[in-house]
Amino acid sequence: MTVSSTNHIFRKATSLALNGLCVVCAVLVILPLGLILFYLIQKGASSLNWAFFTGVPKPAGMAGGGMGNAIVGTLELLGLASCVGIPVGVLGGVYLSEYGGERLNGWIRFWADVLNGVPSIVWGMVAYALVVLPMKGFSAWAGGLALGFIMIPLVLRTTEEVLVLVPRSYREAALALGLPQWKTIVRIVLPTALRGIITGVLLAMGRVAGETAPLLFTAFGNSNWNRHLAEPIAALPLQIFSYAIAPYDDWNRQAWAGALVLVAMTFCLSLGVRLFSRGRFEKNT
Amino acid sequence: MNLTMTPEDTKTVPGGNAEKPRATAPRPESKPAPAASAARAISALSVKNLSVFFGKHQVLKNVSLNIEARAVTAIIGPSGCGKSTFLRSLNRMHELVPIARVEGDIRLFDQDIYSKDVEPVIVRRRVGMVFQKSNPFPTMSIGENVTVGLRLNGIRNRSVLAEQTEKSLRMAALWDEVKDRLNAPAVSLSGGQQQRLCIARALAVQPEVLLMDEPASALDPLATSKIEDLIRELRKDYTIVIVTHNMQQAARASDHTAFFYLGELVEFGPTSQIFTSPREKRTEDYVTGRFG
Repeated sequence: MTVSSTNHIFRKATSLALNGLCVVCAVLVILPLGLILFYLIQKGASSLNWAFFTGVPKPAGMAGGGMGNAIVGTLELLGLASCVGIPVGVLGGVYLSEYGGERLNGWIRFWADVLNGVPSIVWGMVAYALVVLPMKGFSAWAGGLALGFIMIPLVLRTTEEVLVLVPRSYREAALALGLPQWKTIVRIVLPTALRGIITGVLLAMGRVAGETAPLLFTAFGNSNWNRHLAEPIAALPLQIFSYAIAPYDDWNRQAWAGALVLVAMTFCLSLGVRLFSRGRFEKNT
Repeated sequence: MNLTMTPEDTKTVPGGNAEKPRATAPRPESKPAPAASAARAISALSVKNLSVFFGKHQVLKNVSLNIEARAVTAIIGPSGCGKSTFLRSLNRMHELVPIARVEGDIRLFDQDIYSKDVEPVIVRRRVGMVFQKSNPFPTMSIGENVTVGLRLNGIRNRSVLAEQTEKSLRMAALWDEVKDRLNAPAVSLSGGQQQRLCIARALAVQPEVLLMDEPASALDPLATSKIEDLIRELRKDYTIVIVTHNMQQAARASDHTAFFYLGELVEFGPTSQIFTSPREKRTEDYVTGRFG
């Protein structure tokens, strides 16, 4: 052996230390999530009851009531935002990955990244100018549009990234069968990348589900059920915000419960669609 | 340099000994009628003065040759000599590279495939292709992979699809191995089976010509010999052009061989003649392993 034993021991120790560091860092990543969940359950679970899911807020200061309208409102806003964010984002990603010239693509990527960095309240202002002012009132439309704007660059970039990962050889095989390019993309490339695209879409939805700022002067909030999308609509983050800063204990407790529901919603959303979107031939993981 | 060679040219060379060179695989039924063999060589593809450029770089220089119908033509040559580019220019697959440019004339049974009113999609339906690495679609089953070309071109009739599935898989010598698990994922097959599945997929759209770009280079010897058997079998119905790095493979499986070097077609003739009595020094050096 040419390796001296002290050297050997040193290397083993280094390896052990670095391994340990990695484990610690991994735990640090998971720990906050665990703490948040634990704390939310501890503080909020006791306020969860049937009325919380079905009721609307009681007048200020009165105990009871619920956030049913805000839960439904958030789902409606997510639906509206998806109608804007998913088609534009996915088709834009397809353009970047499958069509488009190098130069133009570079610019589109750059601008998408800039848009990604725009503070969300700015999107609220954009939706305010585009929808609230012409319609002369706050509305679900405006809130959905603001959230949709935020989704576009997120969905666009992830879609592009997963499409680029689809091996070129699949495209070539499809084209060599005499399929036109659009069919190759729609029937071969997109299905191959579907899971990645769905993951990207879910991440974007999860991100906008918790957005509060862009809803302040678009969706505005509503203490009753929303009967029409052209009216103001309640949303969980807005409701949590106003309940959390209210001087009533019951409302504070309900804010915790609302936060728990919001986290559970994003969790269920990603879990459900993940199960649903599993490829036929993919293993149970 | 303008090399226009056809298999007929070299037939007249003394010592080339006109008739079919192949001893290993006689093909009695492959020629439909004696008249055809007398009139010789219906060209499936005739290539005239083909030059291909990638940007400013000229990859193929003025290549001319005729590819005989219902025969196997092998393209050999060292890496970077333009074999694959030549193959891809035969079904316009090189157009996927935006900077590629073609000059010259390629006719598929007398139709100019580069004419303005011919869509590349149509050319590729008539001239199929099998790639170096097997590439079955991972989201599809074995059966779906075979029929994908038909289904996506609008054929829905189940019995037609089932019939084509069996026919194509039989032609690709894969039917017996997969007939009980057509619904299994295509990626569950072995490498050699996957490559034969890709051949079946290409055959299912009933092309007139099948291009193969080193179809066995990623396979073990057993799987390779299966592919070679298959090529010999397919020659009865198809025109096959195969690019190969493996000279034994060219010698075993082909009727005609073209030797490319540095973007030029150096020599083209019956396989036996190319391997036993080449006319060009460079061909001889290459096939005897002195370079390349």
